[in-house]
Amino acid sequence: MKPALFGKYLRLSLYLLLPLALVWIYKYLFGGPKSELISSNDPIAFTQTIPETINYNFDVKPILSDNCYACHGPDAEARQANLRLDTEAGAFGDAKNLSTKPIIKRGNPEESALVFHINSTDPKTQMPPPDSNLSLSEREKQILEKWIAQGAPWEGHWAYQIPKKAALPQTNFTDWAQNEIDFFIASKIQARGLKPSPLAAKEIILRRLAFDLTGLPPSLELMDRFLQDESDQAYERMVDHLMEQPQFGERMASVWLDVARYADTHGYQDDLERIMWPWRDWVISAFNKNLPYDEFITWQLAGDLLDEPTLEQIVATGYNRNHKITQEGGVIDEEYRVEYVADRAITTSKALMGITVECARCHDHKYDAVSQKEFFSLYSFFNNVDEKGRIEYGETPAPFITIDKDIVKEELSFLHLPDSIPKVELMIMEEVADLRKTYTLSRGQYDAPEEEVQPGTPSRILPFDKKYAQNRLGLAQWFFDEKNPLTSRVVANRFWQQFFGRGLVATPEDFGNQGARPSHPELLDWLAVTFRTEDQWNMKAFIKRIVMSGTYRQSSKQMDEVNRMDPTNILLAHYPRQKLPAEMIRDNALVTSGLLNTTIGGPSVKPHQPEGLWEETTSGQGLTQYQPDGGSNRFRRSLYTFWKRTVPPPNMITFDAPTRDFCTVERQKTSTPLQSLVLLNDPQFFNAAKAIAKKIDAETGLQTESEKILKLFRTITLRKPTDEEKKLLNNYFDALLSNRSVSSENPLVDLALLIYNLDETTQKS
Amino acid sequence: MDPLHEHLLNKNRRHFLQKMGLGIGGLALGSLLDPMGLKNSPTAADLLQTGPVPLPHFAPKAKRIIYLFQSGGPSQLDLFDYKPKLNEMRGQDLPESIRKGQRLTGMTSGQKNFPLTGSVFNFKQYGESRAWISELMPYTAKIADELCFVKSMHTEAINHDPAITFFQTGSQQSGRPSFGSWMSYGLGSLNDNLPAFIVMLSRGSGRPNGQPLYSRLWGNGFLSSLHQGVQFRAGKDPVLYLKNPDGISRKERRQMLDYLAAMNEEQEKLFGDPEVANRIAQYEMAYRMQTSVTDVMNIEDEPDHVFQMYGPEALTPGTFAANCILARRLIEKDVRFIQLYHMGWDQHDNLPTQIAKQAKDVDQASAALIMDLKQRGLLEDTLVVWGGEFGRTNYSQGTLTDTNYGRDHHPRSFSIFMAGGGIKPGFTYGETDEFGYNVVKDPMHVHDLQATILNQFGVDHTKLTYKYQGRRFRLTDVAGNVIHSILS
Repeated sequence: MKPALFGKYLRLSLYLLLPLALVWIYKYLFGGPKSELISSNDPIAFTQTIPETINYNFDVKPILSDNCYACHGPDAEARQANLRLDTEAGAFGDAKNLSTKPIIKRGNPEESALVFHINSTDPKTQMPPPDSNLSLSEREKQILEKWIAQGAPWEGHWAYQIPKKAALPQTNFTDWAQNEIDFFIASKIQARGLKPSPLAAKEIILRRLAFDLTGLPPSLELMDRFLQDESDQAYERMVDHLMEQPQFGERMASVWLDVARYADTHGYQDDLERIMWPWRDWVISAFNKNLPYDEFITWQLAGDLLDEPTLEQIVATGYNRNHKITQEGGVIDEEYRVEYVADRAITTSKALMGITVECARCHDHKYDAVSQKEFFSLYSFFNNVDEKGRIEYGETPAPFITIDKDIVKEELSFLHLPDSIPKVELMIMEEVADLRKTYTLSRGQYDAPEEEVQPGTPSRILPFDKKYAQNRLGLAQWFFDEKNPLTSRVVANRFWQQFFGRGLVATPEDFGNQGARPSHPELLDWLAVTFRTEDQWNMKAFIKRIVMSGTYRQSSKQMDEVNRMDPTNILLAHYPRQKLPAEMIRDNALVTSGLLNTTIGGPSVKPHQPEGLWEETTSGQGLTQYQPDGGSNRFRRSLYTFWKRTVPPPNMITFDAPTRDFCTVERQKTSTPLQSLVLLNDPQFFNAAKAIAKKIDAETGLQTESEKILKLFRTITLRKPTDEEKKLLNNYFDALLSNRSVSSENPLVDLALLIYNLDETTQKS
Repeated sequence: MDPLHEHLLNKNRRHFLQKMGLGIGGLALGSLLDPMGLKNSPTAADLLQTGPVPLPHFAPKAKRIIYLFQSGGPSQLDLFDYKPKLNEMRGQDLPESIRKGQRLTGMTSGQKNFPLTGSVFNFKQYGESRAWISELMPYTAKIADELCFVKSMHTEAINHDPAITFFQTGSQQSGRPSFGSWMSYGLGSLNDNLPAFIVMLSRGSGRPNGQPLYSRLWGNGFLSSLHQGVQFRAGKDPVLYLKNPDGISRKERRQMLDYLAAMNEEQEKLFGDPEVANRIAQYEMAYRMQTSVTDVMNIEDEPDHVFQMYGPEALTPGTFAANCILARRLIEKDVRFIQLYHMGWDQHDNLPTQIAKQAKDVDQASAALIMDLKQRGLLEDTLVVWGGEFGRTNYSQGTLTDTNYGRDHHPRSFSIFMAGGGIKPGFTYGETDEFGYNVVKDPMHVHDLQATILNQFGVDHTKLTYKYQGRRFRLTDVAGNVIHSILS
């Protein structure tokens, strides 16, 4: 066939395939975690079939929320035609002057005005209207109609119902199951005719576990110990061992620092240095001593309001001072003070409630039951700090405590104050003597107070009863009230996400109407209740449940059949392979090469970064020049890298670390060529390659080049290479040797750099 | 935007369909990350990530943009907005009937009076369009008939950080994607070897220690980091980590990448992970970038007359003028969005001395860039925008003397200019009052400018959305109107 003709056929066949492919793509995509089109009892949608029984919460409400609530939802100001669909009274009320029919008539789609409007093609009556840029798919319309035909059963939002433990579901894979978690996972896998994966190879599972629990790979010695331990308890011993390592606290802290928007600078304009690392040290120690989650949060929210608080509890309140602070000349003090208070309310809601409330600062939330008044009620908890909006250069923003050597010795032994620094000032929370009155602010503007509000929380979640203290401590009590439906779900979900890369609710920041529905709602609730009741908020115990599960311990090897049916692996029929977070990618190179300095805590450090980055953007005030540290401070773990918000460490940002400007509960997961450039060319990785090559070369037990190569490969990947890999590595080594005139380095350096760039090295398999 | 479309835009896309001749609206998809090429035959995974994307929404006028951002707030009253009344009333107080309670910054709110001051620089009209331009911008004056001036820009913020963030992201608070990221997300890349969104910085000589910049200004916000602006820098390593470590030659690098690819193919077998292929492709793109970036940054091969056109400073890497030459070279390589930041336009005091230097930094090169693009036939579908985050007050900050004054920030009116990309040349839009304080005719809000620019790319700004935290976000937030009268 002539090439041109071939091309034509190919083109033609692609044209023909395209519509099919699109349908199929569509199905695939909406199997994804953020999809709203999943049927009630199945976490993935392989087909566009309509569920037998329509579930209001899972099938109907996502459609109404996304397409209708903006104009017919909670926001009273934006509400059109005096019609709301987010309440039962509204949805089943009469359509007033719009139609003689009721909005929804149970059991009778034809008599429901809603059905008329969604099917209308007349721009005047069509809903959603054409200018909204929204439209309903045929499937969505059918779901709404079928739901009405089935009697339109109504229920409250799933996440606002108190979680209850369901009985363990049935599954044929009881032999596979390691604990309760697996029953929930296996039953859904089974329902799809798939099966879960076998246990991962020992080399793989220990590496996975060690990264997850300590942020570092296991040492070769630990790996060998594990490989030699053939007892049934071998794995559990590793879990216990790793959780007892001080690196456990570092790993857990590194996640919490994103949530708490921790940084070493103030973040606005000239972006001056601040000292918050004593708070960071507290976070590490809190995880290491396994402070229960309720106390972990209560201390941070309201440590200062506890009875006779310890200094440690006051240090914990630094959490609420991690927001950005400006020193820009000419700003209005109150404008920025309001900004900081709002940031605290927004961060706390996102981190602990899984609700994004910032929209309610300017108007009632368009999708969720958070009124503007409720936003400012929440805001009022954080509005009693005697603080400035604009600070001076070099000033520690009040209120703060001063910490010196003696205090550290007596009360804050977890804090790593170096000898060179006599004392530090740490921002903390402290109530003013005369509490400020809080008002709703029109459009969220600092200078437009309207109505006075009292401390409170969104009442649809759980009303803020008088039984709670009417301050931040009361807010903490509210969060840990057994009737609070969100606290336990949100944290259980975030821990799940930490180990599986994606939460059971794929939108960890949004458990509201617009958020993803849980892929395994019964499991989420089981975890939430277990964490609160049986585990009594014991984080290590809870995490142990997760990592002991068969679901976690599965192989990550992907099977074509599973990939086809469940391409985003919602069912977890295999362990989801994930890219390591930025910190782990660098720390892995440091520790395997023997360079890592394992010192815990203390002031942040400045490892190598490309020259000139601070210099080229500075105004000449504040942190004008990046002076890399000398000595072993260059090789500290990445969570200690100095974080200048306006010019964050480029290698961290390239690997999807957030800017820390605001609370982040989930990092992006991308693969870019810029990441390849970092791994190939950042001197930090090249130096690690040199160091490990030198280390291997110096080992006396290794006789041949092959042995050295083997050891090198195993030190970084923690497994032995396959025959094919061995061949490739040896060939590369030989090729380098024959070109030695070109390469002045030991060929092992090139090999090491290659292995640091290997896909597996940057993945958690 | 529908979720499928959104998903496709944000996903790692491969444009083999286009290469196979299907064509997608004449525009390649993908952005920084589009390295797959035709190495592998089309697979299901490829199909999954490609599709007929309904962008642009209508036929575009422009394909590429150079945004010459003048950071700090250039004084419109000394550059483009000629107000002889201020010279007449020199030293008199700004009437409250004009100020109308306008918020002031903390830097002048304490002043007892607000002495009006006209410009010490002479203004003349230029070209057939009779545009008023001050003597500070002689080269710009010569090309007046190529330019569209907007004298009626206005913004909401009065301090630098929120104002520049507002201009770049449509919101005063940080966290939203920058303009270039939205464009990369919406329209993808036009080339295979360079990022879709490139940023270059230069420091002004008028006020070398003026306002700082922040990398979040070219950040991707909640969009995929595939769409972040990539900073190109003067010096040995024009893109961070671009250069091989010392002692590793390109040939050795190639060899290593070949072995790495072979090893990674083994990975695919071991773990059955279809994404491995994508990550192999990232390495190939990185390798290509090493030459493509180095080539494009090497301006030594430009003929002398080009340097003469852009001015002597163009010989010094890292200057605004040198960055302008680079911008033109990047346009020739079909880079979608090129953003230059020139710092130092914050003239609170000593304005006459400082602004003269600032203007000299940029005048010749800005004009040269526009004419250079025109000569090469590129101006037609390349939009050039020149302007800062706000304007400056018509009264003096600090003491007004015969030869000296300063000006504070002024959000209510300021001037920018544009060229090419389907914008009306030789045209002035909008007007301020005789005090140069309030817009009296045809206002253009920052969101209007953003909407208008997107419009030139065939994008309806109300439809370029991304759903994040349950809400559909836009560059133009909930506002913005396309200003049709400046379109040619």
